[in-house]
Amino acid sequence: MAGPVTFDLDRAWQVDPRVSMRPEPFGALLYHFGTRRLSFLKNQTVLAVVRSLADHPSARSACLACGVAEGELPAYARALGALADSKMISERELA
Amino acid sequence: MTLAPDMAVSGRAASPGKLTDLFQLGLDAPICLTWELTYACNLSCVHCLSSSGRRDPRELSTDECKAVIDTLERMQVFYVNIGGGEPTVRPDFWELVDYATAHHVGVKFSTNGVKLDAAAAARLAASDYVDVQISLDGATREVNDAVRGPGSFDTAMRAMGNLRDAGFTGFKLSVVMTRQNIPQIDQFKAIADEYGAQLRLTRLRPSGRGADVWDELHPLPAQQKELYDWLVAHGEQVLTGDSFFHLSAFGSALPGLNLCGAGRVVCLIDPVGDVYACPFAIHENFLAGNVRSAGGFEGVWKTSSLFADLRKPDTGGACKSCGFYDSCRGGCMAAKFFTGLPLDGPDPECVLGHSEQALAGPRTIPAVSKDHSRAVPARNQPVMLNLLTRRPAAPPVSACAESPLAGFAAEGMSR
Repeated sequence: MAGPVTFDLDRAWQVDPRVSMRPEPFGALLYHFGTRRLSFLKNQTVLAVVRSLADHPSARSACLACGVAEGELPAYARALGALADSKMISERELA
Repeated sequence: MTLAPDMAVSGRAASPGKLTDLFQLGLDAPICLTWELTYACNLSCVHCLSSSGRRDPRELSTDECKAVIDTLERMQVFYVNIGGGEPTVRPDFWELVDYATAHHVGVKFSTNGVKLDAAAAARLAASDYVDVQISLDGATREVNDAVRGPGSFDTAMRAMGNLRDAGFTGFKLSVVMTRQNIPQIDQFKAIADEYGAQLRLTRLRPSGRGADVWDELHPLPAQQKELYDWLVAHGEQVLTGDSFFHLSAFGSALPGLNLCGAGRVVCLIDPVGDVYACPFAIHENFLAGNVRSAGGFEGVWKTSSLFADLRKPDTGGACKSCGFYDSCRGGCMAAKFFTGLPLDGPDPECVLGHSEQALAGPRTIPAVSKDHSRAVPARNQPVMLNLLTRRPAAPPVSACAESPLAGFAAEGMSR
């Protein structure tokens, strides 16, 4: 089990360019060619969030745009934090 | 080669237990698959899963291989584990590796190292999408060459040296665990560390020529525990291809999916395009179809009745009442099949001893249905004589030995 995850919803994020994402009925499978690790997204909403990270100035705005309610944000921050820990997503410099 | 993908599942969103349940019922496309590119091999390892040696004249052409890669790209298969035979002896090997990675299909290939010279190593070090796995089954020349053949230890070490010198870190040193090399497990780790490689330990299977040597090579019960403890102590530092989930009855489950992925999330394509449920099951009973058929690989994966059967919820059979069934799942289908045990019962190496009775009773070892072994022994064919634990009391005497006392060792002199 990973330790407590702190994930900054207000920063800009993106899917690592070495990650391949495959939609599945339950969400999606992610494979990182650099770390050779597999992960999965457990529903369509989190998939939509991850896919749109690069188009938003912050993870929070990506979540809200995908219909995540304010009260659900902590759960999404945990899920995104786990993806950041495994290098599936990384911080992006705002242009 | 892997039965389940060699992968660490990460992410808090991913609870491995639930993931396993999803995988059990199969996916629309494999996560990865093993692709034996040729049955040709410069070695003749005694435990070869695919009974390799001679090239099959029906092997897929370069264009046919590229068409398979196109299909894998369309299906979004993440990567292929290329093996053989010795895949690098195919003249189009590098062309196919480049084609796959250019089409977003990652490559990991297994090799004995015969073609891994400095130039090949430099080429590999430059790519993020190609990983290499060097096979070595002994941490010493003596133990390795007894099963893989004379010269094979030196070949592997030279290849690893080339990879290290080229700056390729994290390639895999892949070891099949046997009765003879389990005592060397720390030495393997030291070799991997020395070369900047990651150690990968996999299970010996009674498949292919492995059936012939299983009784001599498979680990003894006490060694299974030693191996389990070692794997627990080293956790995710060491890869296993999820080989050892049958050992989980020693205690807690090992890292990984602990799932037989055969026909569900992985499969095997052989050199002639036949699709089997897994790399350890090259036998007509596990043949799902051929990539040359009208629907191609995708058709086989999606419509094979064998795969549909494998994706049905598991009933557990004779293992259902076992407290370890959730992590052990009755062990390896191929290991059961090739030792003549029922597929819905315990693994031949069940650590609780539940297969002992069946192994002692009448059973029929299935006849070999595919064999590409050389008809004539190769120059570097392994001779397992040095694995004998009992040696003859006196050397054999030739019929034309000149001594008049030939064959008559005096009492007390022969020891």
